[in-house]
Amino acid sequence: MSVDTKTDWEAVIGMEVHVQLATRSKMFCGCSTDYLGQPPNTHTCPVCLGLPGSLPVINRRAVELLLTSAMALNCEVQEFTKFDRKNYFYPDLPKGYQVSQYDLPMSRHGWIEVGGKRVRITRVHLEEDTGKLVHAGDALQSAETSFVDLNRSGTPLMEIVSEPDLRSATEARDFAVELRALLRTIGASEADMEKGHLRAEANVSIRPHGSDELGVKTELKNINSFRALQRAVDFELRRQAEVLESGGKVVQETRGWSEPEQRTFSQRTKEFAQDYRYFPEPDLPPLSFERAHLDALAKELPELPAARRARLVARHGLSAYDAALLTAEAELATLFEQVVGHGAEAKPAANWIIGEILPAYSGSLPAAGGFAALVKGIAAGTFNREQGRTILGRLLDGAGFEEASAGLSQLSDQGELAAIVDRVLVENPKIVADYRANPSAIGPLVGLVMKASGGTANPGLARELLKDRLDR
Amino acid sequence: MTLSRDQVRHVALLARLGLKDGEEDFYAEQLSHILEHIDRLGQVDTEAIPPTAQVVEMRNVMRDDVIQPSLTQEEALANAPEARDGFFVVKAIQDADPG
Amino acid sequence: MSEELTHATIAELHGRLRRKEVSAVELLEAHEKRIDAVDGEVKAYLRRTPELARRQAEEADRRLAAGDHGVHPLTGIPVAIKDVFCTKDVETTAGSRILAGFKPPYDATAVARLREAGAVFLGMTNCDEFAMGSSTENSGYWPTHNPWDSTRVPGGSSGGSAAAVAAGEAVFSIGSDTGGSIRQPAALTGTVGFKGTYGRVSRHGLIAFASSLDHVGPFTRSIDDCATVLGTLAGHDPLDSTCFDRPLDLSTLNDGVKGLKLGLPREYFEVAGMEEGVKRSIAEAIDVLKEAGAELVEVSLPHTDYGLAAYYIVAPAECSSNLARYDGVRYGLSDPKAETVLENYLNTRREGFGAEVRRRLMLGTYALSSGYYDAYYLKAMKVRTLIKRDFDEAFQKCDAIVSATSPTVAFKIGEKTGDPLAMYLCDVLTLGADLAGLPGLSLPSRAEDGLPVGLQVISPQFREDLALQVGRAYEMASGVLAEVAPL
Repeated sequence: MSVDTKTDWEAVIGMEVHVQLATRSKMFCGCSTDYLGQPPNTHTCPVCLGLPGSLPVINRRAVELLLTSAMALNCEVQEFTKFDRKNYFYPDLPKGYQVSQYDLPMSRHGWIEVGGKRVRITRVHLEEDTGKLVHAGDALQSAETSFVDLNRSGTPLMEIVSEPDLRSATEARDFAVELRALLRTIGASEADMEKGHLRAEANVSIRPHGSDELGVKTELKNINSFRALQRAVDFELRRQAEVLESGGKVVQETRGWSEPEQRTFSQRTKEFAQDYRYFPEPDLPPLSFERAHLDALAKELPELPAARRARLVARHGLSAYDAALLTAEAELATLFEQVVGHGAEAKPAANWIIGEILPAYSGSLPAAGGFAALVKGIAAGTFNREQGRTILGRLLDGAGFEEASAGLSQLSDQGELAAIVDRVLVENPKIVADYRANPSAIGPLVGLVMKASGGTANPGLARELLKDRLDR
Repeated sequence: MTLSRDQVRHVALLARLGLKDGEEDFYAEQLSHILEHIDRLGQVDTEAIPPTAQVVEMRNVMRDDVIQPSLTQEEALANAPEARDGFFVVKAIQDADPG
Repeated sequence: MSEELTHATIAELHGRLRRKEVSAVELLEAHEKRIDAVDGEVKAYLRRTPELARRQAEEADRRLAAGDHGVHPLTGIPVAIKDVFCTKDVETTAGSRILAGFKPPYDATAVARLREAGAVFLGMTNCDEFAMGSSTENSGYWPTHNPWDSTRVPGGSSGGSAAAVAAGEAVFSIGSDTGGSIRQPAALTGTVGFKGTYGRVSRHGLIAFASSLDHVGPFTRSIDDCATVLGTLAGHDPLDSTCFDRPLDLSTLNDGVKGLKLGLPREYFEVAGMEEGVKRSIAEAIDVLKEAGAELVEVSLPHTDYGLAAYYIVAPAECSSNLARYDGVRYGLSDPKAETVLENYLNTRREGFGAEVRRRLMLGTYALSSGYYDAYYLKAMKVRTLIKRDFDEAFQKCDAIVSATSPTVAFKIGEKTGDPLAMYLCDVLTLGADLAGLPGLSLPSRAEDGLPVGLQVISPQFREDLALQVGRAYEMASGVLAEVAPL
């Protein structure tokens, strides 16, 4: 493990991930799930407010999304499943119980491949989300009053529990990234960590290398990004190693991740064992699935990220790294394949997507045809890189390719470009002298030619002409 | 089965029921009396008997994923003991969940 | 004039309304007068809804005037609603202080169906808090008195709804039955009370006591009226996942009992505390049914002795969860002086719940708690299976089961409040039908010393028609009809 401590510790990490399913309405009522950024308590009804007399009704879509997810995670779907009540009091839990699944979850025993290794999935089950507590500026622990918003109450949640098969903070992060790609590919969730669609909790413990026993674990919460997940686990592994090496004991507890302080902190020690008093939810008849229905759902599964990655490498000759970057966002991989389908070369197409679209990607993509024409145009020397960026910007704004590329073409005419080169050399004797002292410093001269041409010059040709004249 | 005062205290806390003076003994005695009757369940051989959680057998009752109108914020908060700025207001939370 | 209006059946009044002999407004006014006159003694109503009633009566008169074809038999008929049915914008408290002031923003399905039918809402009736009790003495407000003897209880938990019909304070009413809460008060007040198969009537909007046992049904003055109201309330409701979608066919209501086999469960005639008067009245009723052509067969329900124990695990366990929502955050009582959330929970639930509710919350929480689940809750669910099988086997031999509804006639107010187990034993003959989800009817048999006795008829799941057919046959053959108490 990547911790510079005295003993050779092994990290043992299991994940519990809660995913908001991409339904239009809530798990047990017809309230819209589109409440992000809406005023508090505007997306509620008697059911999700927990009013007396209200009863839940199962959202079929949520069940189907869970089944599809479970299949994509190679789980065994249980033929008979039911909901249970998990009883506890908390102000964000309107009924005083959460409808969840206890002893007969919808699916079990799956796996997901992360970085070439199979991580076992213990179970995947369906439940409802709680409301939200808001604290006026203060921390939860110290606020005198808190505010309850029940817009989120009753949103469908899928809980995915893994076995403790992960061995480093990086693996934990990769697990979450892979899960996100998978869930987005099958359309089960937007799985956006920042928006809280995907909430990852890590159960972290360490043990001496070679040991079979499990150490005392801590449960890490409040993790809002992949980076935070990696850092939180890393921090916690170090902290536990330090505790153990200084003769202390790790306390089983929930620890929050503080983004500003970049450390984990104790949230509450479980000195009282929780007693959730689970029992079968009497308001909901059980579910059973026919093989044929499950097979039909399985047939509808799109190609999953791992298979797609393998195909991108095999068919298009991409590096495993590039293929992974593309498939992490299913839409980007799709764009790539469409662009190649329009006749663009694979590598430059991938490079353009990874270099120019991915960094600022937030859901908008250029039309495949226009983007393919752009990649081809660059390969053919019709546009230089700068022009390409300009065109891409216009394509992203919705322009057609003709419109986007209007007036933009690379100056590749030898005669015209030679005239500009000659003028630059005459006007900048000092820079020419620099070059003569240090022939690797040709960049500034190319830049001047680009500038003088109004950005249209073919930079390769400009460099050739400059060298030709200077070295003559 | 009899219930001790400690068990009464524990169960009352689980149920979030404040106890009045003298109620620990009162409930210990009354609940023990009721449990004495209930203990006759132990006489029934249920070894091979499946439990009944719901008495009319139904399966797969689901609704389509269709949005229905919600209550307005005003309606949602109309019965609240305390509401502010569109929220329900609750007191300090630190001790809300002692188990 | 006024007694004709307050002592009549739905069928009679519907005829008079259609013939324009009386208007819905006049019918309402007669009932308001009657309530003003007698409810000081009976205390059936927790709160009345005069403005709503007036609007509904006027609307009913418009519907009646518009045409006599297609007017629903309940249009313009005054009804009382047990305080456990959410009624939009009308304070609904389940007889509990913890819900004081709560005005639901929606109608229970049962209420909505009555509203659509054009019934006129007189008000919310008293009940044991959260429907937990057999005497209506556990109301968070006040006890209701039996119209036949005001020193006695009307039964419970739907005591207010039963008393209102028995006292001429409503033509019919609705209630809920979890362990006997419709049938037992019907027996003790001399009214007809019925609950169908579990899931026959939607529970949506019924303030939950024990979800897997809660049934909805009517109190009326005749079997015919009972069928009319049940027909109105029943039917699939997409808002209650346990409300099934099967037709209710009551066309055989008047077919008599000739050729029907009626089962007499041995154990139901041997329960502890069965009064001689009740025995006599039921034996007579059984003779009447035999005379009318029924074949009597002895059947056995061998797990009867365990019913109460199973019930007092399942019902409290479910209620401990169902009543967790009363936490002082979104509605109802709250402790403004509490400084923390926990303190508010503890104080709100200490002050808001009465003794019986608190007792059951403790019992149910205990039965579900870690280490006790298998011994209590799981065990009770298994015994429930056996009880259901008992009935299944009995129905192999008979079409319906007949017995007393309650082992006793109405008892004195205060007589059983000190002994919870004695109170629980009131339901020993009724809770089996709840545990097994079976239709259960109580109708008046011959009274004993001026106090009503109830005859119970239990039929197989989905066969409400059989229970009502037997009840109707008894009504016709015996001439014993539900009467309004002379107040």
